[in-house]
Amino acid sequence: MGTSFGRGGATTFQQDLQNSDCIVIMGSNMAENHPVGFQWVMEARERGATVIHVDPRFTRTSAAATKHVPIRAGSDIAFLGGIIHYILKNDRAFKEYVVNYTNGPVLLRDDFKDSEELDGFFSGWHADKNGYTHETWQYKDMDTHGEPPDTDKTLQDPRCVYQVLKRHYARYTPETVARICGTEPQHVIDVAEALCANSGRERTSAFCYSVAWTQHTTGVQTIRGAAIIQLLLGNIGRPGGGILALRGHASIQGSTDIPTLFNILPGYIPMPHAHAHDDLKDFIESEGAKTGSWGNMDKYIVSLLKAWFGERATEQNDFCFDLLPRINGDHSSYRSIMGMLDGTVKGFFCIGENPAVGSANSGLHRRALANLEWLVVRDFSEIESASFWYDAPEIESGELHTESIPTEVFWMPAAAHAEKDGSFTNTQRLLQWHHQAVEPKGEAHSDLWFYYHLGKRIKEKIAAQEEPFSDPIAFLTWNYPEKGETADPDAQAVLREINGWDANGRALSDYNGLKADGSTACGCWIYCGCFKDEVNQTARRKPGSEQSWVAPEWAWAWPANRRIIYNRASADPQGKPWSERKKYVWWDEEKAEWTGHDVPDFNKTKRPDYTPEAGAKAEDAIAGWQPFVMQEDGLGWLFVPNGIVDGPLPVFYEPHESPVKNALYSQQANPCRQQFPRTFNESNPSPSDAHGDVFPFVLHTYRLTEHHTAGGMSRTVPHLSELQPEFFCEVSPELAQLRGLTHGDWATIFTSRAVIEARVMVTDRVKPMRVDGKTLHSVGLPYHWGSRGLVTGDSANDLLNITLDPNAHIQETKGLTCDIISGRRPRGKDVPDFMNAVRTRSHLEGQE
Amino acid sequence: MVKTLCLGPLTDEALRGGIPGTNGARVGKTMSEHALWPVLRQAGGKDPLALGSAAQSLRTADWKARTDGAKVVKSICPYCAVGCGQNVYVKDDTIVQIEGDPDSPISRGRLCPKGSASLSLIESLLREYRVKYRRPYGTHWEELPLERAMEMIADRVLKTRRETWEAKDDEGNTLNRCYGIAHLGGATLDNEENYLMKKLYTALGVVQVENQARL
Repeated sequence: MGTSFGRGGATTFQQDLQNSDCIVIMGSNMAENHPVGFQWVMEARERGATVIHVDPRFTRTSAAATKHVPIRAGSDIAFLGGIIHYILKNDRAFKEYVVNYTNGPVLLRDDFKDSEELDGFFSGWHADKNGYTHETWQYKDMDTHGEPPDTDKTLQDPRCVYQVLKRHYARYTPETVARICGTEPQHVIDVAEALCANSGRERTSAFCYSVAWTQHTTGVQTIRGAAIIQLLLGNIGRPGGGILALRGHASIQGSTDIPTLFNILPGYIPMPHAHAHDDLKDFIESEGAKTGSWGNMDKYIVSLLKAWFGERATEQNDFCFDLLPRINGDHSSYRSIMGMLDGTVKGFFCIGENPAVGSANSGLHRRALANLEWLVVRDFSEIESASFWYDAPEIESGELHTESIPTEVFWMPAAAHAEKDGSFTNTQRLLQWHHQAVEPKGEAHSDLWFYYHLGKRIKEKIAAQEEPFSDPIAFLTWNYPEKGETADPDAQAVLREINGWDANGRALSDYNGLKADGSTACGCWIYCGCFKDEVNQTARRKPGSEQSWVAPEWAWAWPANRRIIYNRASADPQGKPWSERKKYVWWDEEKAEWTGHDVPDFNKTKRPDYTPEAGAKAEDAIAGWQPFVMQEDGLGWLFVPNGIVDGPLPVFYEPHESPVKNALYSQQANPCRQQFPRTFNESNPSPSDAHGDVFPFVLHTYRLTEHHTAGGMSRTVPHLSELQPEFFCEVSPELAQLRGLTHGDWATIFTSRAVIEARVMVTDRVKPMRVDGKTLHSVGLPYHWGSRGLVTGDSANDLLNITLDPNAHIQETKGLTCDIISGRRPRGKDVPDFMNAVRTRSHLEGQE
Repeated sequence: MVKTLCLGPLTDEALRGGIPGTNGARVGKTMSEHALWPVLRQAGGKDPLALGSAAQSLRTADWKARTDGAKVVKSICPYCAVGCGQNVYVKDDTIVQIEGDPDSPISRGRLCPKGSASLSLIESLLREYRVKYRRPYGTHWEELPLERAMEMIADRVLKTRRETWEAKDDEGNTLNRCYGIAHLGGATLDNEENYLMKKLYTALGVVQVENQARL
């Protein structure tokens, strides 16, 4: 979403779904996994809205929808492509929106070649590097960077994005798409028609998605598919419209905004790169933009450096920019796991996370943990990632031995949410404060306490002894008021630093107040304003019943408390609402300002007819009719010239492991996908390979209402464990018959990575599909179980392979291959024997 | 425990069958009313169908909600990212109940099975409250005081940082980083926690900082 619209967050908020006329839920079982948020879908349905669920399984969400469309796991891009094909072929786009608010009219370079011309590749492909260079994806004549690009507002020029799109999707006909997805052509037409009929001036449609879109080797491009639909239909920035990313953890949005991620600093500022960024000036020039909100990169980064290095950061020393470490490639978590196995990563902090159960190929993770020098695990109870050294399945099978595992383990008790102050950022970018109710018991402390005191100790030690490059630690500001006997740092003081302050030390009220001269400090520019007027805005709790549906006085949303972003697009180019029914933010000519139900996501006093002067910088370069203020050109990107590594448009590829051949291109899977071929992370052969039939079934994993991811917060809870006591596999009656599986009995499921067992659940909620003339069966597995807790079971994630989306470095869990047989799995030393036999059958022994 | 039935004075109020006070809290003359034979309360009171107060026993009238008199602390559910509001009820420094917050414009008082079970999460019998330590090649857990653990971890961090420090790459570009330490965090941590982590790790030169968002 970041590349299409400018910000990597949900464009709307859950309550606004009630205003939708059509909601498509895809890649998500929202009723099961976000049940309380689902009430807003039900509100819309009660009002008469169409609710469509596109999913391989018939789930609780399907049961509550007006239409369920079954498609094969991993075929989403084809299905979305079918909708785009329908819109373009039947001329159903919202033209006024497309022409003014998107890059549809922009002309592309003559040497750009589409994947339709090059059999699954775009121009710029370098087979030797397994990647693209992006010059040919640029706008035409963009050598004069910052000038408006050439456009054709009639959308007729064959080089304009709209026409390129038309050609790109020409083959995604309902019949072809249905053949790939294992569904009916009429389903494709029905969904596309429902969306078209419920979009335009008077009506809006919304998309909801979740990890069944992201957890693919084509995850980012799947979301791009929805972005293209929503831009073509004019549904972004408008009430009842948008794309709602449904995140699975209390603060998963927050942990991206203030990232515990390798490639970004707070507020999506990139981490400095070893080759590109010698000094602060280089960094701002290459990572900032001349136009749009990123034109203020200097203000964001300098204010961050001031927050971190305080008085020590001065203009003379580049505000300590040199003290930041540099990245030079992928340093994501799966790469770190490989580093542990290879011995380059020696120490590991595992904080509220359980990779020994929860990460793809969890067996490989356990082997990695067993090869560390030291490991710190902080959690509520002793999870599998802390106990692997004596109870991992690899110990039972004799592949690992406790006495040979060098890892020094520190297990530390953590505080629960009601035992500490702090804020979570929910799925709609809303920061909500939770207050401490009681003190944690014993030695349990918040992670805030742990990191604050660890930092304090490290600073003391650095002051007393010689260390390499100690300045960043010595200079680091680390003064937070301590409270009570346990010297807990004051979480509000940390939030205030995140918000930032001006030259006089007063809390800033929004990011427009940030300066590049070092007079302001701000820990995360997009969160600037959360401590406006010295008040913790995230703790605001004016009851919803006393406010409009937007509820602007409940907590605080980034950016600047805006609840629907890009909401300038809810008005027409002249600033008038598209319709009375869909009125949201509009231009008030009398007051000469933007006004409405929400905080305008636009310069409040910028007139709708404002035309930037030549050479205008940053936000001044965004015209009064361009709603996507973060983008350099202020437009929603149907076509992405920059920022995505595997292509400017989504292309349908089969999953990394698939039982069928790609029907559209001879390129089988995403050529840019990130692979880690090594022992214990073998790939099942796919049909174009030899022995592609050894793993004939589709495997996908999912979650249940009663459990939470790897189970660390649910397998220890008596009520939840009782509600979902046992690991099971969902299979169709046809597959059960084919493999002799009995409902309630045991089945053994295996891939080239692992073998596990589960209770059989035979259900017609899962149906075999006809894909390209072939019957395809699937095995569905909830992945919550492990060897510990009140209820135990094998871990579905043991079966998975680590192969990643090249943009987000997210693994594919929603469409792999496997086999299933009746009965219990082998035990002890029989496990490696069984696995060796499986690998021999699939001829994987020699795989590098 | 059954209380002895004792017939009290037959007052007008007792005959009306109403329970003085609210929320089932026992105050004033309740004892005497409930001492009255139920059939008399039914016949003479406001509840002729005996669906409410007339059918209530002395024992029931004596019951109070466990949240009665508790302090309400406003919170947010720690499970998924819907962000449901929670009311945490605290009595004598103990959480006695967690319920949905009707004021939340998102959740309107509702909680799912996980959110409803969050008190059990906090009170789980499997929760532990002391540091545990496994020495290299060890076969069992050992006790370790928290202070000592913090000191040892700080030492490990600095030692690994020293041993795996990368000042420059092969081409002479600045790296200034420590490649021997990695971090994986959950995404149920607070923003403030993530902030201190990222700040400290970046100062240490640790770049392999990751969380659940990627997984």
